Amino acid sequence: MSVEVNERTEPQRTAEHPPLVKVVGLKKHFPITRGIIIQKKVGAVHAVDGVDLEINPGETVGLVGETGCGKSTLARVLMKLYDATEGQMFFDGQEYTRFSRRKMQPLRREMQMIFQDPYSSLNSRKTVGSIISDPFLIHKTVPKGKIKGEVQQLMELVGLNPEHYNRYPHEFSGGQRQRIGVARALALKPRLIVCDEPVSALDVSIQAQILNLLEDLQDEFKLTYLFIAHDLSVVKHVSDQVSVMYLGRIVETAPGNTLYRNPKHPYTGALLSAVPIPDPDLAKQKKRIILEGDVPSPIDPPSGCRFHPRCPRAQFPKCKEDDPVLTPHHPGQLAACHFPLEDQAVIATAGAPT
Amino acid sequence: MAEPLLEVRHLKVHFPTEDGVVKAVDDVSFTIDRGETLGVVGESGSGKSVTFLTIMGLTNLKSARVTGEVIFQGQDLLKLPVEEMRNIRGSKMTMIFQDPLTSLHPFYRVGDQVVEAIRTHQKVSKKEGMDMAVDMLRRVGIPKPDERARQYPHEYSGGMRQRAMIAMALVLNPDLLIADEPTTALDVTVQAQILDLIDRLKEEFNAAVVLITHDLGVVAEHCDNIQVMYAGKAVEYGDARDIYYNAHMPYTWGLLQSITRVDESTKKERLKPIKGLPPSLIFVPPGCAFNPRCPYVMDVCKVEVPELLPSNGHHAAACHLTLAEKERIFKEEVLQQA
Repeated sequence: MSVEVNERTEPQRTAEHPPLVKVVGLKKHFPITRGIIIQKKVGAVHAVDGVDLEINPGETVGLVGETGCGKSTLARVLMKLYDATEGQMFFDGQEYTRFSRRKMQPLRREMQMIFQDPYSSLNSRKTVGSIISDPFLIHKTVPKGKIKGEVQQLMELVGLNPEHYNRYPHEFSGGQRQRIGVARALALKPRLIVCDEPVSALDVSIQAQILNLLEDLQDEFKLTYLFIAHDLSVVKHVSDQVSVMYLGRIVETAPGNTLYRNPKHPYTGALLSAVPIPDPDLAKQKKRIILEGDVPSPIDPPSGCRFHPRCPRAQFPKCKEDDPVLTPHHPGQLAACHFPLEDQAVIATAGAPT
Repeated sequence: MAEPLLEVRHLKVHFPTEDGVVKAVDDVSFTIDRGETLGVVGESGSGKSVTFLTIMGLTNLKSARVTGEVIFQGQDLLKLPVEEMRNIRGSKMTMIFQDPLTSLHPFYRVGDQVVEAIRTHQKVSKKEGMDMAVDMLRRVGIPKPDERARQYPHEYSGGMRQRAMIAMALVLNPDLLIADEPTTALDVTVQAQILDLIDRLKEEFNAAVVLITHDLGVVAEHCDNIQVMYAGKAVEYGDARDIYYNAHMPYTWGLLQSITRVDESTKKERLKPIKGLPPSLIFVPPGCAFNPRCPYVMDVCKVEVPELLPSNGHHAAACHLTLAEKERIFKEEVLQQA
């Protein structure tokens, strides 16, 4: 029997457990300028355009969406790598939206990031040892003499050979490099790790190794993850709660199983039906919703519901004029749609054993 | 049975390097019939791309040692002079690649690039060529094709570019289309559009398609037959049902167990990854190349290379386990997991 040492062991969506991260009405617009000397703002890319998000301690929140929907921008704003245009962000109850660099520093210890591309996110001229010891040198959490020991412990923890301390990133395979990225993120014992497409660049067998590692580390250190990916099956596998993003907004959020069985937003339905199922018989039974066209430009997003130009269920003029808000459906499920899908609209044989 | 469209016999592609010989493709044989879609799956470095680049005559013969036979419509392509191979490539046998942005020339209009592909192989005027190009762009679902033909690749989205590549590949009505990871760089919604397009055009043109991918989901939905490759060898071959419901090779089992499934019933069932890393193609382990990573390894696996032997009909696997053991393990251990 395990003794509950940490109060964050059991993730619950209740008032006693305030969310670790809370985001209200967050917007990030990138200005588009004309002119060389006198720069005039002629428009803006609405990369993130009004996002509300809560992440509870110990929980994994998945974020999915197509390329250009703003999921990576959201992660970077959350990490304060970009400044928010509008809205508020709270970490553990404390607002940090407008924090200065210096005030931000202690918070950086609490939140770390793992990037998609293990090739470009590691400095190729530094040894693995010095890459992983950087966080210790910057934040001075460990006396200099003890850094090497700490780093080697971390390397062992993520499944790297500690004797490879002096090797360079090019001597490692893609999966091993991603382990280096994980070790670096873990160095300061953060509470939140934002994973931006951490397994997208890896082969399936290696992908499974990294996903298992992330799961083990979550159990061991009571980590909270924001897990961003475009692969719905990966997100569903790791997440407690999944949010679907489209053109800078969250259009639906629900627990993984609910989202898969009973998606409410037609976009979620289309996204799910497009995921290939590795099972020839089930694949034939799947009801396909094929979307026409590409994601519209976030410079000038469509009026009303942003999905209406591609939506198979759109009814005019309502969807074109009236912007839908997130409304509750099943427990834990919110969707922003005027004409939500019926239950079981996409997959008739959910989770049938093969 | 009619003669297959393409028959590959004992193909080997070896690259001698300073560190040793890289055995990228090591004795691979298979056939493709007209109207068939063959899925080729395997990890990076398993030799799946090199196999088909060699079939297309696109490996550099100065650095590669190629042996074996590639018989396409009765001719051995490996023995053909370069000139004749050039005539076949691009007209009878075409290929599309993973990244459509690097496959299209950024300085030329998309329409002109399609026209160039046509005029390399057929004597038509520029005007006729452009009409054919626009018509083909329409057939692959590019809206306003006459306007789009005058645009440059950077004005196209990722999905559109891949459509343009498909248009260029199919405009001369080839008999075989080789698609090397055609949708890996695309979003799922676009991926579904492109794969449906390839399926539909395959019917229309009565061609055969090779789909090289690492995505077992894509293969399940779109392929008739599947070849699993590992370390330069074909380790299992069968139709889609053989591979997904009765696989006979521990590497295939490993792949099936490693994937996350959107339709899995409960969250957080632990994945069972294949342990370790794929071998270096210079120092391929003796015996079965998969033996250091195989959970069912026996003594014979470390000495003797298993042959790709058919068990029933055309379903074949290269593994020393007995058929009864394979079926038992698959039923008891793999299906429980997957």
